[in-house]
Amino acid sequence: MSNINSDSIVSLKGVDFSYAPGERAILTGLEMEFPRGKVIAVMGGSGCGKTTVLRLIGGQVQADRGEVLFDGQNMATLSGADLIKARRRMGMLFQFGALFTDMSVFENVAFPLREHTPLDDEMINDLVMLKLNAVGLRAARDLMPSQISGGMARRVALARAVALDPPLIMYDEPFAGLDPIALGITASLIKDMNSALGATSILVTHDVPETFEIADYVYFIANGKIAAKGTPEELRQSNDPFVDQFIHAKSDGPVPFHYPGTSLIDDFGIKN
Amino acid sequence: MKNSTLNFLKDRLNGLGRSVRENIEALGFATRMFFAILGRSVALLKRPILVTDQIYFLGNYSFVIIAVSGLFVGFVLGLQGYYTLNRYGSEQALGLLVALSLTRELGPVVTALLFAGRAGTSLTAEIGLMKAGEQLAAMEMMAVDPIARVLAPRLWGGIIAMPILAAIFSAVGVIGGYLVGVPLIGVDDGAFWSQMQNGVDVMKDIGNGVIKSCVFGIAVTFIALYQGFQSKPTPEGVSLATTRTVVISSLAVLALDFLLTAVMFSK
Repeated sequence: MSNINSDSIVSLKGVDFSYAPGERAILTGLEMEFPRGKVIAVMGGSGCGKTTVLRLIGGQVQADRGEVLFDGQNMATLSGADLIKARRRMGMLFQFGALFTDMSVFENVAFPLREHTPLDDEMINDLVMLKLNAVGLRAARDLMPSQISGGMARRVALARAVALDPPLIMYDEPFAGLDPIALGITASLIKDMNSALGATSILVTHDVPETFEIADYVYFIANGKIAAKGTPEELRQSNDPFVDQFIHAKSDGPVPFHYPGTSLIDDFGIKN
Repeated sequence: MKNSTLNFLKDRLNGLGRSVRENIEALGFATRMFFAILGRSVALLKRPILVTDQIYFLGNYSFVIIAVSGLFVGFVLGLQGYYTLNRYGSEQALGLLVALSLTRELGPVVTALLFAGRAGTSLTAEIGLMKAGEQLAAMEMMAVDPIARVLAPRLWGGIIAMPILAAIFSAVGVIGGYLVGVPLIGVDDGAFWSQMQNGVDVMKDIGNGVIKSCVFGIAVTFIALYQGFQSKPTPEGVSLATTRTVVISSLAVLALDFLLTAVMFSK
């Protein structure tokens, strides 16, 4: 397995996490590195804690143990102005876009600029149009979020996420629920945005083909741990049963088809 | 048998203890949230447009229902007042009765109840859906504090809109009372207005009414925001929160009205 660059924008060091004390541990002893300039995918089944990784990096939740470092700063110890400063350097694309429903497409993209910069309206207009142009939605600027499709909403949200040209862009399930055309557009936009901005992209997803197409490095999470990691090429050739099940979408394997519980014999009362 | 009774009692006691603890916790959270909103309101001075937008939205939501209700309440006050006053031969005081009833009680209270049903529910649903659609989380990730950017302007919008709406309710109500009393029943025009003018005290009656509606504005808007912010991010969660807003804020308005009346109008 290839070693990844030590110059990481984000590092997770021995992270344990559960949503409430005493509850099921979502992540245990997680070690991850996200090198600058790369597109890194975090993959795994639903509910495996992929999104939690993004929430930890964004400082929305704190690790029970271990460190989440963003640009060398421990996110758990940041508060107030420092946390705001750190978050201004991150862009996040939520699963369904999370556009502000009471604002037009234009206003959604202008939102971070209006909140964080003293730029005048003319400058904001130019910047927003540039971002919207990059995602191909310049002409949709006056539409409301309810008037655009799911794929378009995701593109607007991407334009909004990169409005402040952040060095780190995080994507939460960017491919979920998209038709093949929107899927292709989103995938190439992620790759293009990353190289155009010189940013680092973290992609949380379970879509194998699109992700393997654009990712430089992939982490697989299962049962709160890293189950496998490597470049898409390495993972395609992997003999690991989990990776094999996931990549080839097999219904049974290390991740069982049946929800764990009492045995069939017990449930049907079959006597020997 | 004895054991099962003991266990039953134990369970009940546990349940009671848990619910008391949860309620105290919720009350503590609500108090902290209230002060957090107040603390972050200073930034609004730099961008008053956020508040004026909310005054416009909330006021617009409720304007029609409040004006129409005010008119009908005024009609009814005119009729009921006339029949009662007529018994004592003092129907001339109809204007005074209508005005005092409206400015002291009905204006602030009915406005607050209608506001809770109209604007309060839409606030709760809006915030609840923003939460369910990850809009609040997105805002947080954009380094924008949702309490300062979303909740604070709405709270101030509600606090400022409420007395204005109550004043509209009372004014329209007085017109309603006049229409029924003077042209329809035939109370003397001059007596209707002059008794009102002499009998209504600007500070004691109107001023206290304004204070009441400001307090109701804080209570109703805050309850609506709190319920939306604390709602479970699911369709059921949002609908439950919306119902709660109406129930809790209506009860809060009536209870606060009693307390405020006791303090303001006791001699």
